[in-house]
Formats: sequence, C-alpha cells, structure tokens
Amino acid sequence: MLRRPGDAVSPGAGVIAPVNHSSAPTLFDKEVVSSRASRGLEQFFAYHRGQVGLSILDFAGASQQNINFITNLGHRLYSEDFVRTLDDIFGNANPNDQANQGLIDQFLRQTLNFEPEQFDGVLVWDVLQYLTPALLAPTLDKLCTIVRPHGYLLAYFHSDEKARHVPFYSFRIKDQQNLLLAQRGTRKPAQIFNNRSLEKLFQKFDSVKFFLTREQLREVIVRR
Amino acid sequence: MSIFNKRQEEAPPAPRPAAAPPSNFIEPKKEATPLSSTPFKTPEQPPDSTRGQASIGKAVKINGQIYSKEDLYVDGDVEGTIELQEHRLTVGPNGKVHSSVKAREVVVLGNIQGNVDASDKLEIRKDARLVGDIKTARIIIEDGAYFKGSIDIVKPEPAKSAASSAPRPQSVAAPAAANAQGAAAVAEVKR
Repeated sequence: MLRRPGDAVSPGAGVIAPVNHSSAPTLFDKEVVSSRASRGLEQFFAYHRGQVGLSILDFAGASQQNINFITNLGHRLYSEDFVRTLDDIFGNANPNDQANQGLIDQFLRQTLNFEPEQFDGVLVWDVLQYLTPALLAPTLDKLCTIVRPHGYLLAYFHSDEKARHVPFYSFRIKDQQNLLLAQRGTRKPAQIFNNRSLEKLFQKFDSVKFFLTREQLREVIVRR
Repeated sequence: MSIFNKRQEEAPPAPRPAAAPPSNFIEPKKEATPLSSTPFKTPEQPPDSTRGQASIGKAVKINGQIYSKEDLYVDGDVEGTIELQEHRLTVGPNGKVHSSVKAREVVVLGNIQGNVDASDKLEIRKDARLVGDIKTARIIIEDGAYFKGSIDIVKPEPAKSAASSAPRPQSVAAPAAANAQGAAAVAEVKR
C-alpha cells in the first residue's frame, strides 16, 4: 500500500529511530556538537585542489558552514537534505516500504533528479547506511550516473556491527581537515557494512579508498 | 464665541516658514546593510509604512507579475514573478511565494518555491523553506531552515568608476544581459 508523506504511522515499528523533522528547531536547540578530524574530507578536497567552479552535491542539507566552505573554494553547491526526504517519503514505520517501487521512483525523483555527469563530487556522508538493499541499489546506480568520470564521493559508515542504533549526525565542515558533528538523535541503520561489503557495494565505481578512524566510523572515498 | 474671535484678532498666528521642518521631525533613514555574516533579527512584523515598504497581507493572493520600486513584505500567496531591482523582499512567516524572485536583498521567513536572485544578500531564517536555485553575493541560513537547490555565489559588479576606466569591450554590440553574465562568470572564476 502506498503511503504518502505525512500519513500517520504506527510508532516504534520501523527501521528508523525517532527523528521528527517537524520539530527540527527543537532538535537543533538540543543538538550536541562535537568536532572531529576527517582524513576522508581532507582527501576529498585535496583531489579538487586548484580547481574552481566545480559542482558539489551535499546530502547533509543546507548549513551555513558547508555553504561558506564550499562556495569560498569557488564551487557551486547543490544542497539536498537526503535523510529528511527519506523520512518524508518512506515515513519511519515499515522498512519493507523501501522496497515499494512507486516510492523508490518518487524518492529518486526528489533527491537525485540531476543531469548525467553533472557533479564533480558528492558529499554523501552517512546516509547510505539508512537505506535497505532494495532502495540502496537504485540509489547507487543513480549516483553513478550523475557523477562525472573521475569524480568522487565521500561516504561514512558506522562499523559497529552490534549497534542497534547509531548517532545520527548533521555533518558540517569546519575546515579542510575537520568536521563539526551535530548529533540530531539516533537512528537504526538498515545495513551495517564491512570493508568487503563496501567494495561490493561500490563495484560499479572505479576505486574505493578506506580511511581508518579511531571511532567506529568508516570513511570511504569512491572514485567514479 | 466672541471671546474666541477676540483672541484671534489679538494674536494672529505667525506664518510658518515653509522650509523649516517641525522640531520633532525625524528624517527617515535607510537601514544600513550589516557587513557581518552573523544572523541578525530583522523585523518580522508587517513593515512600517514610513520606510516606503509595500505590504501584501496574509489573506491576499496574487497571481501575476509584481514589479516594485520600494521594499516589499509578502505575507500572503504570490504566484508569478517578483522583481524589486534595488530593494528588499521579505517573505513573512505566512508568506508563500511560488515564483522567481529578483531583488537586492531577500529575507525568507516563510516559503519560496522558485529561483532567487538576490544581488546583495539572501537570508533564510529558521523554519523558512526555500526550494529553488539561488544566485547571490552573500547567504545566511539559520539552523532549522530547509533549502533544496543550488547556490551560486556571485560577487557584485565592480563600481562604475572602475568600469569606466577599463578598456572597452571588443564587441560593443553585445547585449547588456550578456555582459552582466560575463561579469558574474569572471567574478566566480576569481574566487
């Protein structure tokens, strides 16, 4: 059965832990912000060093920090609040809905409706781990088409395989090597990936590079 | 009655000089544009009419083109295009704008669905929603605002004095719009 955004859903039944975007301002008021070094971020922008006028897609939603950082480098920023759209379309009740072809098509239209090879880089952050396999596969196919050859994705994955819920962050770029992580609650990941499964996940791409971190967060740079 | 008549005869009012303003008159000043990128609070209530600002109330719906030579506050529904040239557009918390917008400064507290060209500054306040492509010199977005689209930061065109001392373009027949786009593109590349 198709469910529209805003329809009532049974509480506590689903994949995603309570992240209520209708009360986003309150969440932002309560958010916990921490700072963290990111080798992946450093490498992502190192690949684009010396270039201006690139098109960068940011899945974290609009934030002043990311806008300032990316536009100050002379790039054009495309902002997309990926997780918010995910919640709007699939709600937070039944994970099987992520296999509904109609909703998948709607989701892809709303989030990734761009020209082929439009982007030089995509800041994916940690959103892919909230997608079930049925939704993840077409999302990656679409991502692969909208990134130009030799363009890069930066993605994060929590690596604690026992975790039922992981911190849900808004990623904000502090500088080229550091991030501000604004925690907006917790979510249950739809999938947990190890290095091998990540390589398989991005098999359509040219290469995958992993960065080890002390926290249980894998940083991955994927080259188209 | 005779008493009033008598007083008027005895003390006729002195003619007021036409040019002298009353002592408590305050000349309206234009609000200075803050240089800081820190978000600040602008009035969220309907505008003060003495500042030369038009207003569209929340019960008003307009379908068509709006062209204004003064600041505009929209708290109703507008569908079409809004062009304010050198002035400020404020979309109030109840405002719903489904149109492309062109202004010097745009402040969004409500909802805009359309492309925004703000030659000086764009502010997207907490709880505001903007879906469209942005072209502006500066942008301020508060936490809790929703934005979906692209952002092009375009430096303002150089002052006229600089332009006049610059060598003339080779193609004088090129349309003005094309020149403006060229200037924007150069500014982008230099960033």
